[in-house]
Amino acid sequence: MILDGKAPTGPIETSWDRHRFDMKLVNPANKRKYKILVVGTGLAGGAAAASLGELGYNVEAFCYQDSPRRAHSIAAQGGINAAKNYPSDGDSVYRLFYDTVKGGDFRAREADVWRLAQVSNNIIDQCVAQGVPFARDYAGYLDNRSFGGAQVSRTFYARGQTGQQLLLGAYSALSRQIKNKTVKMFARREMLDLVVVDGVAKGIACRNLITGEIESYWGDAVILATGGFVNVFYLSTNAMGCSATAIWRASKKGAYMANPCYTQIHPTCIPQHGDKQSKLTLMSESLRNDGRVWVPKKAEDCDKHPNDIPAEDRDYYLERKYPSFGNLAPRDIASRAAKEQCDDGRGVGDTKRGVYLDFKTSIERVGQPMIAQRYGNLFEMYEKITDENGYERPMRIYPAPHYSMGGLWVDYHCMSNIPGLFVLGEANFSVHGANRLGASALMQGLADGYFVIPYTIAQYMASVKPGEITDEHPEFKKSVEDVKGEINKLLSIKGKKTVGELHRELGSVMWEDVGMARSEASLKHALQRIPEIREEFWKNVNVTGESGELNQQLENAWRLADFLEFAEIMTTDALHREESCGGHFRTEHQTDDGEAMRDDENFCYVGAWEFKGAGVKPELHKEPLKFENVKLAVRSYK
Amino acid sequence: MNLTLHVWRQKGPQAKGKLETYQAKNVSPDQSFLEMLDEVNDDLIKSGKDPIAFDHDCREGICGMCSQVINGRPHGHEERTTVCQLHMRQFNDGDEIFVEPWRAKAFPIQKDLIVDRSSLDAIMQSGGYTSCHTGGVPDGNTFPIPKPVADYAMDAAECIGCGACIAACPNSSAMLYTSAKVAQLAALPQGKPEARKRVKAMTEALLAEGFGNCTNHYECEAACPKGISVKFIAKLNREYLKSMMPSSLGE
Repeated sequence: MILDGKAPTGPIETSWDRHRFDMKLVNPANKRKYKILVVGTGLAGGAAAASLGELGYNVEAFCYQDSPRRAHSIAAQGGINAAKNYPSDGDSVYRLFYDTVKGGDFRAREADVWRLAQVSNNIIDQCVAQGVPFARDYAGYLDNRSFGGAQVSRTFYARGQTGQQLLLGAYSALSRQIKNKTVKMFARREMLDLVVVDGVAKGIACRNLITGEIESYWGDAVILATGGFVNVFYLSTNAMGCSATAIWRASKKGAYMANPCYTQIHPTCIPQHGDKQSKLTLMSESLRNDGRVWVPKKAEDCDKHPNDIPAEDRDYYLERKYPSFGNLAPRDIASRAAKEQCDDGRGVGDTKRGVYLDFKTSIERVGQPMIAQRYGNLFEMYEKITDENGYERPMRIYPAPHYSMGGLWVDYHCMSNIPGLFVLGEANFSVHGANRLGASALMQGLADGYFVIPYTIAQYMASVKPGEITDEHPEFKKSVEDVKGEINKLLSIKGKKTVGELHRELGSVMWEDVGMARSEASLKHALQRIPEIREEFWKNVNVTGESGELNQQLENAWRLADFLEFAEIMTTDALHREESCGGHFRTEHQTDDGEAMRDDENFCYVGAWEFKGAGVKPELHKEPLKFENVKLAVRSYK
Repeated sequence: MNLTLHVWRQKGPQAKGKLETYQAKNVSPDQSFLEMLDEVNDDLIKSGKDPIAFDHDCREGICGMCSQVINGRPHGHEERTTVCQLHMRQFNDGDEIFVEPWRAKAFPIQKDLIVDRSSLDAIMQSGGYTSCHTGGVPDGNTFPIPKPVADYAMDAAECIGCGACIAACPNSSAMLYTSAKVAQLAALPQGKPEARKRVKAMTEALLAEGFGNCTNHYECEAACPKGISVKFIAKLNREYLKSMMPSSLGE
């Protein structure tokens, strides 16, 4: 089937304004008759729940954490982009739009990206009004920095905790609506099923993580803002509870999964220290503004103290390969280059999966106090984790799974192919194409939540009768029984392996075969291994405890069960996409000097997969992508 | 290294809890405290026992989910560190380690080391916001905010809402937590219009939720993983006092 993204046509500059006028409205007196469920309370979900509640809808919001303030948006460090052009350095809505389309390697829908760039400015104003303490200059105006290789300074930040401050802003807006009783908050709930009645999303089933009770909730629309899926790799920079479960369960009810092979591997993470590690820690890539990346030229030097290796024996490979961008090359490129060096036997550290990030040159140029002022908290964090002093010897870094550009397919209204099911933020596929630029994730989450969904959901609401289907409908009971059945199944296996052991097995397959570089052979190997691990899971996993209690092993078990199905669709997508673009690198498709080779003739489309059963090949639907404003071109950073 | 752990185990909110002893063997100094507990849990699962339940999520010190009292100190003895960022190199071979949940009347225990902190959300809901609408706000640069003021607000805003300040306080007071939000918003032009109302509402809420009062022990600041200063409590008191004075509008 050919999918229609329903993006407005005509001049892009006025597309969102014209479309907003064309959409239907819901009369204020009628809004309170509608109920909307919002699953996930990070930047996208928290902002959406607060804004929709304020508009007058009845909102019920859900999160698996003990408080909506803890969603993983909180961990974002670097900043948030906006096209304010406060520094007058040539930025504009058009330039932000252009950079995002190009940075995404031409695999996103133009109109969606335009809208994102346009509303980016409103986000900054909104956050300031909430009391978000953005960095200011001495005159009292908002400060900006350049980030992730952008040639303009458009990134707003709050020390190294921008995500935290923006999330607390959304949380405060949400708290206000909870107080006003327009939003009812259900914390410690995890969505385990989407209730679909006659092809339309009408509710969810979830588990109360404290009591173990399976509950169902009805709504005239369901919004998923449940984040990304890179914990499929086991080790990632995501929080421990981040999972594909909500979007995957929706996918099993018919929602299409778009571009699941687009995953972002972030270049500046602290390397793994051993096989007992539970997660990886990211350090802001702003470090690359002053750090030089290198590995020893000779493999036999790799065990030497880095300070004993003379300059002529070092390979500053990013500066060598990309003279114009150097150490600031985009994330996908920098990550792949690090892997190449380590594959070549020149990695450093105990595991030999690391490269040096060296501040010596910058310390000599501006002095250690200046470096400490810029990145002091990151040096502290590095020392806490590695017990090494980054000022005295180069830091060791290695890429780690960080973000998923792919996600549930949505149209221009952020509505999936299931009417009434909306998907926001990292959980959808929409604006980042095949590669996300730094400081753009926060921008998308808040854009979707504050400034897109409040408009687009009205168009849908105006077409449905409020409260027509409630939890009296038999589908709700069935959904609850299905979830109970699955939980009992998990608890009855009583095998020998822990959930953690099996997750590590899946993670190692995904990392080796479906990680930074993918080949037909590696992907086929993964497609053979994933069902084997899945089979072992269902035969040999040991989930302790009971269903009617707080049971964290059980939570981990269903998340892994979903990853074991999701991994297959992700790998299938990677195998079908016979090109290299952004975060998806197929070794068969590269230029002579190892750069990604896109195939616009055959793959300039969104690949949206329809679930047909575990282990059954999913069906591919395509949404062709048209580029009328940004000319398709090779992305070069040489 | 090998360690002996004494961990608080409690089946549910109404159950009686007690300390149980476990051995953690071959612990790597590079592991985090929670990774050490993961392994203890793996052993428990393999021997058919119920693993230790504990709250955790981001494991990078920012979400505020992790909450354990280690050897009598919330988040352990290392300064300005959450449990998830506490590494085992801070301990020595043969150490005995006591692990308990946050203890406060307003934080009922759910299971083992997991407590209910919804009382902290309730304080925020009473007034920890500016009542701005989505949209319809002025340009971000309309009101210049002097850098020292922005920095002061940010110092307060760094609070991760973990509750260590309350666990450390002999009165189980939530003054540091509450004051951080009051001070952040009272300092900024966007928060000033509602400052009087906010400080009253939030102070009343913290008492209603069962938190104690402040008697200046400053244990909160010492335990805070983000180093939030007690100067914000002084600011809260000043704001509270101001709110008691009749305003020129006769409020």
